[in-house]
Amino acid sequence: MAKKLMKGCEAIAEAAIQAGCRYFFGYPITPQNDIPEYMSLRLPQVGGCFLQAESELAAINMVYGAGGAGARVMTSSSSPGISLKQEGISTIAAAEIPCVVVNMMRGGPGLGNIQASQGDYFQAVKGGGHGDYHAIVYAPASIQETVDMMQKAFDKADEYRTPVIILADGLIGQMMEPVELKEAKDLQLPEKPWAATGYTPGGKKPRSVLNSLYIETEDLDELVDRLFERYAVIEKNEKMVECYNTEGAEYILCAYGTVARICKAAIRILGEQGIKCGLVRPITLWPFPSEAVHEALAQESVKEALTVEVSAGQLVEDIRLAANGIKPVQFMGKAGSRIPSAEEIAERILEMKRG
Amino acid sequence: MSTVIKKTPVLRDVHLHYCPGCGHGIVHRMVSEVIEELGIQGKCAGVAPVGCAVFAYNYFEIDMYEAAHGRAPAVATGFKRVHPDHYIFTYQGDGDLASIGTAEIVHAAHRGEKITTIFINNAIYGMTGGQMAPTTLVGQKTTTSPLGRDKDHCGEPIRMAEMLSTINGSAFIARTALNTTPNLIKTKAAIKKAFETQMAGKGFSMVEILSPCPTNWGKAPAESMEWIGEAMIPYYPLGTFKEV
Repeated sequence: MAKKLMKGCEAIAEAAIQAGCRYFFGYPITPQNDIPEYMSLRLPQVGGCFLQAESELAAINMVYGAGGAGARVMTSSSSPGISLKQEGISTIAAAEIPCVVVNMMRGGPGLGNIQASQGDYFQAVKGGGHGDYHAIVYAPASIQETVDMMQKAFDKADEYRTPVIILADGLIGQMMEPVELKEAKDLQLPEKPWAATGYTPGGKKPRSVLNSLYIETEDLDELVDRLFERYAVIEKNEKMVECYNTEGAEYILCAYGTVARICKAAIRILGEQGIKCGLVRPITLWPFPSEAVHEALAQESVKEALTVEVSAGQLVEDIRLAANGIKPVQFMGKAGSRIPSAEEIAERILEMKRG
Repeated sequence: MSTVIKKTPVLRDVHLHYCPGCGHGIVHRMVSEVIEELGIQGKCAGVAPVGCAVFAYNYFEIDMYEAAHGRAPAVATGFKRVHPDHYIFTYQGDGDLASIGTAEIVHAAHRGEKITTIFINNAIYGMTGGQMAPTTLVGQKTTTSPLGRDKDHCGEPIRMAEMLSTINGSAFIARTALNTTPNLIKTKAAIKKAFETQMAGKGFSMVEILSPCPTNWGKAPAESMEWIGEAMIPYYPLGTFKEV
């Protein structure tokens, strides 16, 4: 299929449909309204259903109902709305229901602003809702990457029976880039014998009980053990990372999402001045590619690392955990949606070099 | 020997956890019998609430969801939109439906969602130990209204059946009670009517059932049934409020 100039939100919505998503439940919030708007027109054309819920709470619980009924289903929102969904995401993780949640991050805390931000890293990666659980978290850096991730997101959600979060900043949602959407092929969706599709005693399908309540200590232990055994497999198999120009680098930048693209521009500026700088870009934020980060920083050539974020400092904690003291890790970033320029990042590295 | 009555296979052969004199067991049996009589067991799912009926997923021999507090109508909506040719009911208490879940129930009715809600009104929070509900009567003592509900402090009890009957998307709304044999017969008939309304695709249906909670009311089971007639029905009139 030829490349097409598309707005991020619309490209994500179309890619979800190509991935077999037929149900969308959501509530309007800036800056991601183009996703539900696109879905409201397109889903009925492919025999699906778009429903504007009365709240984010209702939307995520509709996702629970539809995912539990065996469908490929998604919701999208932006930071304050994602906070409202946390009760449902925790429930869905415990009930082992596959679904995809897109967060087009805006500035926080509270209502914050409506500009791009990366302030929801902790919320997405460290749990968000209550209790011991994880969601797979993908952090795309371009619209093409987001589009390619949608198929994977739905496939992994089904494979591991888990919520999958696409953690993008508002820039991804609002900018336009040329994208290539994969041809809609004959999707073979996996069997879901656990789903609520109607139960007849004595029939082939077991009775479905989609539930997050385990009142006996042993039963809850068993659930959480089962989840964490699955998380161990995810940690083993699903880590994704991009290492750019890292081999033999003097400085390593660590960033995710669109900020990582700005870092690449900074790396070019520094290269022109004879300073070799590399980038480690986690693509999955959970599971976190700690080994790749450690390996890049452990090189003899590396003096220091710099984590760049549009937040007051969240990713930097996981980078420092991964570094485990092997090299100093500095932080550059601000909340309030101020996007750093390539020149500012390059200047910071030059400052570090000057000592 | 001829069989006069037999247990419906839609109610599972397990020990119910409800207190002596509680109304939930009666309503569970009625819902199960209706599902059996309508022949929809293989195409029907249910959503259990948070509250005393939280374990209802163990009691019905159908596919079941357990929803977060108040969210059952949203979960049922998700199911119904995926399987429009199947049937689903939510089973909710007054804290779940009339307090934390007001948005979900109002908008399920508002959309004319083709689901059925069984609403147990016992004027108190049972599972958490007898706190005041939105449906607690004025003057009624609970663990969070120890001197009796004061309407100037926390309002008068909310009448959900009346309220939801004003919404265009609701197709069948009734209130019944479990306190007398005629009222039991009417309750089962209303439950059946509610499911038939869903099957006919007419819109949202709900039966509000006045039900005893001897444990948290501090009354014996027989006395509790009398209290429904003396105190609850005068404030919560029985009848069909909407039928299209």
